[in-house]
Amino acid sequence: MKRRSFVKKATISSFATLIGAEIIFGSNILEGYVPLALQDPDPFKMFNKNKEMVLLNDKPWNMEAQAHLLDDAITPNSCMFIRNNGLIPESIDVKNWVLKIDGESVTKEKTYTLAELKSKFKQYTYQLTIECGGNGRSEFNPPAQGNQWTIGAVHCASWTGVRLRDVLEDAGIKNNAVYIGYHAADIHLSRDPKKEPISRGCPMSKALQDETLIAFKMNGEDIPLVHGYPLRLVAGGWPASVSGKWLNRISIRNIIHDGEKMGGDSYRVPCKPIEPGEKIKDEDYCIIESMPVKSLITYPKSGAIITKGKTLNIRGHAWAGELEVTKMEYSIDYGSTWKMCTIEKPKNRLAWQHFRASIDFPQTGYYEVWAKATDSNGKAQPMLLPGWNPKGYLNNACHRIAVKVK
Amino acid sequence: MSEELEFFKQVKKVYHLLLLLFSLFVIAGGALVYYMSNPEFFNFNKPPEVAAVVEELDPDRIENGIHVATGFVDAEGMMTVVRNCTACHSSKLILQNRMNADRWNATIKWMQKTQNLPDLGKNQEIIVNYLATNYPPVDTGRRPPLTNIAWYELD
Repeated sequence: MKRRSFVKKATISSFATLIGAEIIFGSNILEGYVPLALQDPDPFKMFNKNKEMVLLNDKPWNMEAQAHLLDDAITPNSCMFIRNNGLIPESIDVKNWVLKIDGESVTKEKTYTLAELKSKFKQYTYQLTIECGGNGRSEFNPPAQGNQWTIGAVHCASWTGVRLRDVLEDAGIKNNAVYIGYHAADIHLSRDPKKEPISRGCPMSKALQDETLIAFKMNGEDIPLVHGYPLRLVAGGWPASVSGKWLNRISIRNIIHDGEKMGGDSYRVPCKPIEPGEKIKDEDYCIIESMPVKSLITYPKSGAIITKGKTLNIRGHAWAGELEVTKMEYSIDYGSTWKMCTIEKPKNRLAWQHFRASIDFPQTGYYEVWAKATDSNGKAQPMLLPGWNPKGYLNNACHRIAVKVK
Repeated sequence: MSEELEFFKQVKKVYHLLLLLFSLFVIAGGALVYYMSNPEFFNFNKPPEVAAVVEELDPDRIENGIHVATGFVDAEGMMTVVRNCTACHSSKLILQNRMNADRWNATIKWMQKTQNLPDLGKNQEIIVNYLATNYPPVDTGRRPPLTNIAWYELD
């Protein structure tokens, strides 16, 4: 891609030099060239994605799964959503890649090469649920601005890396530390090198959890480029934007991190419930932390037609941010009655849990199967949209599929 | 005098010859460089379907009221939107959204504050008018119904 663009530029400039005054002719050629050379490469091939993934945006890349694509216990790369705020780094020098630990509250600034990170610290593997804060945005009314995620901006892959805590403690954490903020190698959409597309973080309490990793492997292999190669911060159960990709610096802050997309209405919701469409002041926003309880029916795919008398076996996953799902139910009569699903324990803390149920339908007709998870604090998913917020975050309304019995 | 004229004529001849040679060299060189990056252009045996491909790449083409290159509805102000908005981000980001003039304006303000979008001057009104007219919010209630269900037989 790079080589081709160089050739293209070289060709055009050669033309300009050769033709001199006839540059107008040159610019005509240029016009014909650009669409050809800049034709979008196939993102499904480029990122090894399933053809049924849904492309929401191509600059920056944003792509989501459909419920039935998320049926695997451990999400494979092919069905993992992509949420990028900027452009993917154009050159990655793995040999010279370093992670720097700095900030007001670091005892001693330190840098680590990838090799040092891997050899110096113990490695851990966890399966972690990572969901975009804006998953479900498309259903809010009045509509919220941003990528219109439906239900597929969630995945639960297996991540291998070192504990963020071990690395931070190696550099030394001062007593006044309150937050960590990440910095990364991605490029701002405007290509302004002074701007970061995104630089978020989390409070020290989350940073120091066992499961918060500086990961270099996903599902046992190098992290795919689009998901943060060669290094990614992974914080399961929190908005996916906390899990910074292409990680090259972590600052231990003595204030709440003030990087890009930490303020305004980015990843923040009204501290108190508001009326749909209402405007609120900046100080009335609170940063999203743990994601709410939620579930997905991943089998069958919505639209199944079955014959009368046949039992329908459904299955899916449920998750609850920092908490665990303790009860899983389904309804085939729009919430009038609920029946229990079997729900498994998570593989480890912050991993999604698998549920299943067998459904017998009383008669022929159109049905919707609704799924509802309840977390360990007794909070269940709402059937209607939860509280409206300006950017359309945290929609954890029940997922449902359509079924016909004939 | 005539000798001088003769000499002058000869110089002119040489000059023209040199100019011709140089032009040929420039054309040949240009063609070579062009060939290096686009050898297909000189393949005269290619099937005629290529003409159709070229047509599809026309950046201004409108089909069924839709601007093919971006997917925008062809309406007043569209090209202003194309020029000002799709340099930094995809038209797909706009097409996904539905907002009133107030909130489209707020989005522009946010991009100016954080995304290096310059002042749009008179174009802002044209852009917001186009967006609010063609991409206004739709009332979907508290929970939209399931739509576009693709029915299939499950064994």
